Amino acid sequence: MRFVDEFRDPARARAVAREIAALCAPGRQYKLMEVCGGHTHTIYKHGIEDYLPAAITLVHGPGCPVCVMPMGRVDDAIHIAAQPGVILACFGDMMRVPGSRGSFLDAKARGADIRMVYSPLDALKIARTHVDRRVVFMAIGFETTAPATALTVLRAAEEGLGNFSIFCNHVTILPAIKAILDSPDLRLDGFLGPGHVSTVIGCLPYGFIPRDFGKPLVVAGFEPLDVLHAVAMLLRQLAEGRCEVENQYGRAVPWEGNERAVAAITRVMELRPHFEWRGLGFIAHSALRVRGEFAAFDAERIFELPGVRVADPKACQCGEVLKGVLKPWECKVFGTACTPETPIGTCMVSSEGACAAYYNYGRFQRRRLLEPSPA
Amino acid sequence: MSGEQQVLERIERARRRQPRLRDEHITMAHGAGGKATRTLVEALFLDAFRNPLLAPLEDQAVFSVGGQRLALTTDAFVVSPLFFPGGCLGDLAVNGTVNDLAVGGARPLYLSAAFVLEEGFAVADLRRIADAMAAAARAAGVSIVTGDTKVVQRDKGDGCYVTTAGVGLVEHDVTLGAATVRPGDAVLVSGPIGDHGITILLARGDLDLAAELASDTAALWPLVAGLLDAVPGVRCLRDATRGGVATILNEVAAAAQVGVVVDEAAVPVRTEVRGACELLGLDPLYVACEGRLVTVVDAAAADAALAALAAHPLGRDAARIGTVEAGPAGLVLLRTRFGGTRIVDLLVGDPLPRIC
Repeated sequence: MRFVDEFRDPARARAVAREIAALCAPGRQYKLMEVCGGHTHTIYKHGIEDYLPAAITLVHGPGCPVCVMPMGRVDDAIHIAAQPGVILACFGDMMRVPGSRGSFLDAKARGADIRMVYSPLDALKIARTHVDRRVVFMAIGFETTAPATALTVLRAAEEGLGNFSIFCNHVTILPAIKAILDSPDLRLDGFLGPGHVSTVIGCLPYGFIPRDFGKPLVVAGFEPLDVLHAVAMLLRQLAEGRCEVENQYGRAVPWEGNERAVAAITRVMELRPHFEWRGLGFIAHSALRVRGEFAAFDAERIFELPGVRVADPKACQCGEVLKGVLKPWECKVFGTACTPETPIGTCMVSSEGACAAYYNYGRFQRRRLLEPSPA
Repeated sequence: MSGEQQVLERIERARRRQPRLRDEHITMAHGAGGKATRTLVEALFLDAFRNPLLAPLEDQAVFSVGGQRLALTTDAFVVSPLFFPGGCLGDLAVNGTVNDLAVGGARPLYLSAAFVLEEGFAVADLRRIADAMAAAARAAGVSIVTGDTKVVQRDKGDGCYVTTAGVGLVEHDVTLGAATVRPGDAVLVSGPIGDHGITILLARGDLDLAAELASDTAALWPLVAGLLDAVPGVRCLRDATRGGVATILNEVAAAAQVGVVVDEAAVPVRTEVRGACELLGLDPLYVACEGRLVTVVDAAAADAALAALAAHPLGRDAARIGTVEAGPAGLVLLRTRFGGTRIVDLLVGDPLPRIC
């Protein structure tokens, strides 16, 4: 398939793998965090770790917007869905995220009308065709999906659709990265920056990471060769003693971002004073809410929400796992109270979370599954 | 023993325990063919009905009556939309049951058909479904010899549900079953995978995507008969329906306690299906087929088996997609086109499109 297969060529991958191996300083261990869940997915899907030397560990970061949704917000959404006449529309990967009394799938089984959509505009379509119902879009995601939500609200306002609203759970990536960097026991050498988010915000906002925290960041694309290239670029910075923001994903990410997309977000949404992240706790200015001007489309103002905070269990150590301080098996509840069937923390919620992956495949991680083909 | 090993051993012990059904309500995941379905079937149905014929949880039961080996199977069919490119509910209802017999090595003979109809359902649509069933039965060489009809109130059904059961005769002297698979065996598939699942997804019209694709619904008995006639070393036959090829290979790996290694580049997938999967974040290995045979054969018989499949129009694009290895026991591994390795696990429920 054109424009895909070029970025999955094993011969080129072997060449980059050799470059990476040559860039590793003897005896040094490297921990690199891929911030974005999309990267984690690519790494698993294509088996990218088979190309990396044992000296490099990829740490899966906080960039999966559904995994970081705290239980209380899931409970609030299910409460909205249970109100008379409501249709709750959401993205597919939200369906299985657990609240304190089950997931959207469970709520649907109890009778709530919860529908999967592929775009917020699909939710708008449902609102147009069901004028007697109240249609609420469960808006989630980082800066990647926020522009589409914002444009949908603007469209609804133009059309005067009175039965449409959004339950805004958009989060912003920079405060989460900063929260990880602020940790005194951080063990990371550099970051693979989130490619999709950067198509919107550009590369400039990451400047504080090398400047204030002394860690390099390379904005990376989502094909397997993109990820390998970005790893090589990070290692080259470390080898040459440089520490800066670089852009591997130039074919999609302009350095200065997408002004129109940012303008749409700012027109409709504003920063919340703070927002809770599953596993990381409350982080200031880390999420968006609907501006007062668009209150008519804000489910948080339309519905009376319980807003009960459901604390992550004290024993949950997702934060430490995310920062690379603890290995999954070192967490107190790993494999006992917290399993993929009954996940407690963000790292166990998604099948690609560090803990879920370790639970399922940990016994194979220390040896290669097969003779590695890139040898 | 290190702390890490202790944790891993504890997990292994937990895995080996009988699955427990914790859910208080049935969710859509219980119908998706993955882990949730398996838990429901093993913890509830198998627990209630336990007997030696049911216990292997094959697609059909094979037993002897009067010196003949008979196969019996049943399947319920629900699909939305009822009509889609390449077929309709009626085709699925006949072919699905015929195929469950065929993969037991049985020549399909007779079917039953039970209809649950919703008040208000168009008779013209029901006639189209019945006509499709008649045509599919003729093509498969079976007769629909008994049936039943029930009507439920408006909004209590989805237009039309069909349940069919089938009886077949095992004439070849073979013992088929996932548990007979051995290290070294070859894994074959009879054609491109995922056509049916993606066709249905697009036919629902929610995606604003279009592609020249049709369901692969077909009766597999002629293909199976040709294979069993030509090759003695067939270990196991399955038709890849919901849960796709990945789910079947996991069942094989678990039943035989072997590893199955699949070569991604060798798996036939139409460009349209691959494209749709890329866009939607789905994996073709988990997408449903309705007329694709997955078979495991003795390595020495692999070429002959491939030739026998390719000799039939339904198996024209048959391919050898993988090999059975001694370990890791119970796991399916994929050598990716990119050159890496990953584990192809059973899904919990339906494959959900991902946005992040």
